[in-house]
Amino acid sequence: MTALSTGRSDASVAEPATEPDGAEPARSARQRRTPVTWVRRGGLSTLLFMLPLLVIFGVFSWWPIVRAVVMSVQQTNLVTPPVFVGLDNFREVLADPLLRKAIKNTLWFAALALVFGYPVPLIGAVLMSEVRRFRGFFTALAYLPVVVPPVVAVLLWKVFYDASPTGVFNTILGWVGLGPFPWLQDHTWAMPSLVLEATWAAAGGTVIIYLAALTSVPPELYDAAEVDGASVWRKVWHVTLPHLRGVLLITLILQIIGTSQVFLEPYLFTAGGPANATVTILLLIYRYAFTQSLGGDYGAATALSLMLAAVLAVLSLAYMRLTRSWSTS
Amino acid sequence: MTTTEERGILSAADWRRPRVRRSMRATHVVLLAVLVLLGLGPVLWLAKSAITPTQDTLRHPLELFPHGMDWANLATAWTRVKISHFFTNTVIIAAGSWVCQMVVATTGGYALSVLRPKYGKVVYWLVLSTLFVPAVVLLVPLYLTILHPPLVGHSLLNSFWAVWLPAGASAFNVVLVQRFFDSLPREIFEAAKVDGAGPGRMFVSIVLPMSKPILGVVSVFAVLAAWKDFLWPLLVLPDPVHQPLSVRLPALASYIELDVFLAALAISTAIPIVLFLVFQRMFLRGAGLSGAIKG
Repeated sequence: MTALSTGRSDASVAEPATEPDGAEPARSARQRRTPVTWVRRGGLSTLLFMLPLLVIFGVFSWWPIVRAVVMSVQQTNLVTPPVFVGLDNFREVLADPLLRKAIKNTLWFAALALVFGYPVPLIGAVLMSEVRRFRGFFTALAYLPVVVPPVVAVLLWKVFYDASPTGVFNTILGWVGLGPFPWLQDHTWAMPSLVLEATWAAAGGTVIIYLAALTSVPPELYDAAEVDGASVWRKVWHVTLPHLRGVLLITLILQIIGTSQVFLEPYLFTAGGPANATVTILLLIYRYAFTQSLGGDYGAATALSLMLAAVLAVLSLAYMRLTRSWSTS
Repeated sequence: MTTTEERGILSAADWRRPRVRRSMRATHVVLLAVLVLLGLGPVLWLAKSAITPTQDTLRHPLELFPHGMDWANLATAWTRVKISHFFTNTVIIAAGSWVCQMVVATTGGYALSVLRPKYGKVVYWLVLSTLFVPAVVLLVPLYLTILHPPLVGHSLLNSFWAVWLPAGASAFNVVLVQRFFDSLPREIFEAAKVDGAGPGRMFVSIVLPMSKPILGVVSVFAVLAAWKDFLWPLLVLPDPVHQPLSVRLPALASYIELDVFLAALAISTAIPIVLFLVFQRMFLRGAGLSGAIKG
């Protein structure tokens, strides 16, 4: 029915009920679906309300998704018409020695982000949930880094990471006799430096999620645990954490999905260097498509992004399964 | 505070024990110190350095104004480096993205939730399925769509529309708004229909006024996302005249003095922080929601 246009409905007023009767003999005239009844029952106005969504999603979401799949098996250079090349783009990407490096770096980033960034918000949230006065002040402080625009945060931390002995971090570490450290300029230190900033920028959001989950722990359970003589630590271990299990899994998966698409930090901090030590998968996709030297290889870029998406889709599915089972239980 | 409903991990009895109370106090003081240092520290350092001469920031980054303040940095950044201009661009981009997201989410959510056409289910699943497609898949084909958009006839590169329109295709917003509309009482719509209100009237006079809380949350999300966005505006707005702060700031780093640059960073941070302090509750509720509803 969506195909019927506004112009058509005027014309069909003159010749009502032209639909073949034989198709639906049992139906009364009132229920027969013609353009006129469709408009009268509000079909047209419904479609008008749906139109912004259909147009915007159609042009800027659904069609590009389909196009990504098509482009991954094509050679496109915007000048000559695209040529079908089968799986050549995938082969080309998989044969790129830099891909191995990018996957390794992305996994390293994700692993470091888990080590730094996963326990900290949880410990912070559990401690904050016991604050009785000015809890709002605590939450606001924890959330403040999330409010700083990410680009500003990266540029600011780039100043902090100044490798000279008078850099901000090197000065602080100098007080206790450490350093100076090369931070972003050294290929072993660069990635942990990126992760440190990313963790600082994101932890506040996770704290808020945990705080919300902590309020949903039924107080009777703590009462019951106390009747059994449980200490504070045992209450945390046997009541609080099991109750956060669902949320903990969800934030874990969300974090992995997020960190495997990291772009801003490696792009702005190090541009992938030094010696490709911080080239991530997304940075590689960006380079395939948009940089001057390599650029314009849209086929390779879409092929790699589809492969990444396939891996992430598995994680998303797991995430959906979990949210569903946790919300019903 | 002593009622059972408001208790946390520690019970009222726990709190009465001096040892527990003392150690909790100490923990909270340490926690507060850490939060101030990590949460507020960098922001305060930025504020300080924005009005400190370059040489002082380079040589004594942690000393408080060893050779006085330099308020002129802020003015220089605002006028000579044209932060005002890029700031305006950011506001224009955020405002347009907000309008586009609001229109799509409210009309779409209304059609899906209240009007419920037969094809609504299909549309809903198509919208929902885009949640599982990571943004990176769209990067190249969306860029090519901007280069050759349908019906327009010319490239949208270096036009604000290139940022505004794709921002509207946010499945998260549609789902959020649609679920809220679902929770509105059906009887009201029936009553309005009996009184002769058409779908348009019902939308403007009933659904929208009742949805202020969720529209507030979506608005905060929309404005913040537009403010933070980097990669997409970088791609579709190559001309500096149209670039927002997020895209322009990294480019500025290489050719302006450090003190002016830090002043520019401070100005770009001030607005989101002020917004956060004013709409704190909405921010935090939104942050909680993003964890709970994304699926």
